Amino acid sequence: MDKGVTRRLWKDRVATLLVTILALVPLIPLALILLQLAVKGITSLNLQFLTSLPHPPGEEGGGVLNAIVGTAVLLALASALAVPTGILAGIYLSEYRDRTLPHAVRMAADLLQGTPSIVIGILAYAWVVRPMHHFSALAGGVALAIIMLPVIVRTTEEVLVLVPRDLRESALALGVPSWRMILKVVLPTGMVGVTTGVLLSIARVAGETAPLLFTAFGNPFLSLKPTEPIDALPLVIFNYATSPYADWWRQAWAASLVLIVLVILLNVAARLLARRMKGE
Amino acid sequence: MEAAKGDQLFEILSRLFALLVLTIALGGFVTLTVLSWPSIKTFGLSFMWTQTWDPVAGKFGALPFVVGTLVTSFLALLISTPFSLGTALFLAEYAPKSLKGIMGFTVELLAAIPSVIYGLWGIFFLVPLVRKMEIALSLPPYGVGAFTASLILAIMILPYATSVTEAVVSLVPEELKEGAYALGATRWEVTRYIIIPYARSGIFAGTILALGRALGETMAVTMVIGNRNEILNSIFAPTNTMASVIANEFTEATSRIYLASLVEIGLILFLITLVVNILARWITERLKVQRGGV
Repeated sequence: MDKGVTRRLWKDRVATLLVTILALVPLIPLALILLQLAVKGITSLNLQFLTSLPHPPGEEGGGVLNAIVGTAVLLALASALAVPTGILAGIYLSEYRDRTLPHAVRMAADLLQGTPSIVIGILAYAWVVRPMHHFSALAGGVALAIIMLPVIVRTTEEVLVLVPRDLRESALALGVPSWRMILKVVLPTGMVGVTTGVLLSIARVAGETAPLLFTAFGNPFLSLKPTEPIDALPLVIFNYATSPYADWWRQAWAASLVLIVLVILLNVAARLLARRMKGE
Repeated sequence: MEAAKGDQLFEILSRLFALLVLTIALGGFVTLTVLSWPSIKTFGLSFMWTQTWDPVAGKFGALPFVVGTLVTSFLALLISTPFSLGTALFLAEYAPKSLKGIMGFTVELLAAIPSVIYGLWGIFFLVPLVRKMEIALSLPPYGVGAFTASLILAIMILPYATSVTEAVVSLVPEELKEGAYALGATRWEVTRYIIIPYARSGIFAGTILALGRALGETMAVTMVIGNRNEILNSIFAPTNTMASVIANEFTEATSRIYLASLVEIGLILFLITLVVNILARWITERLKVQRGGV
């Protein structure tokens, strides 16, 4: 064979090898993280860990019931604030497109989406913690809601814009006022997509730690009150991992396993919904 | 008549909520400025290039943290870009279909892992590893520091850069690639002379997007960077980033000026990420216009 062709073929083989290696190397840290999570997490995970409160610092045993309940409370608060707001704002963006306000709102949502979550924490601190004079679950919920909001707004808009014109016009032709057309025809048609967006936004904030540090703050006792500080799984992982106690490190791994299972379940649910939507 | 009223009411209602989104964004900027005003007034622009961070004396400067943020973010980008580009090319051009699904899923999984879990793994796996390496290189064996933070960041930003890059790479028209293959080009030549030139600005946009992520990343960095409020003298030294110093000290900030200085760091971080995101968007917009012209 021609010398030049041989060289080109060799170059191609080397490049293929290089690209393959570059693509496979990132799998190593992922495999390591998941493996260590599973091994260190499962060995520390038991019923007592899930159903009891933390023991005092340095004492062995105890669990993270307060943090599991806290994460649920925070996610419920954040969803209650962000879901209706996000969906209505998304409806505005998709249904009243030809104005200047939608353009500005779209830019605001993108701006919020790009803002580091620690900065969002400062905002929730200024808007909720300072007026109340103490940390609270509500402040944490507000912080998480601000992070969820842009995701819900943009997915709602994207999904509703895709609802066929024929469908809208058929409804209008039947004499339905346009607000009822939006609520009874457009929104239900796009509901699966909107739900996917909501689930993804919850999955994203479930693991957020930084905005909770000086809003929800943490609380070693079981609390359901929005006006009191509350604990959350990510906060516990952070506090335990950076503590000097070996038993708390063990618990940090177990709490991480619980958290990652929650996050993956939310992601899988969102993905299954999205697939169903495509199927339709 | 009643229908028109309902329509009006609904439009007003939805507009109110849309306005709320706008208010949060604008109000956020105003709030950050107002809260950091004591610091802005006292230190002025010199806040940006002052090295001292002394809560006891009430003297504050952001330089160590600005440097810490820029060094760790760019180092992370430097480490992760070859891998994100490799993964994207592999997914779009080299991988068999069966592998593609699994790899794509894996990349998404990397993006879904919460930052605090990366931090936990960093403390118990990466820090001892880096410490061993530092001993082997006869460096001070901190384990924690800017280099460890960059490694963690590199892993964390990889999925973002990969997914944008892959999206752009898969937009390269089949005709162009098939044309090159028909002329006898090897796969590498198609990649090198067709795909990369065509996707160049998209790849750049993906990199910038990943940079935006790295700049604001807080928890994992806070857990492995060593939290020392000094400007770093080597990439292995413990230091702090803008985000990590806020995470560490915000609840301890007792004086007005201390809190204001921390909020001002937050304001600077907000503005930097804003600029980076606008840049990324500008590049993608320009990309769309170019494509439209072809």
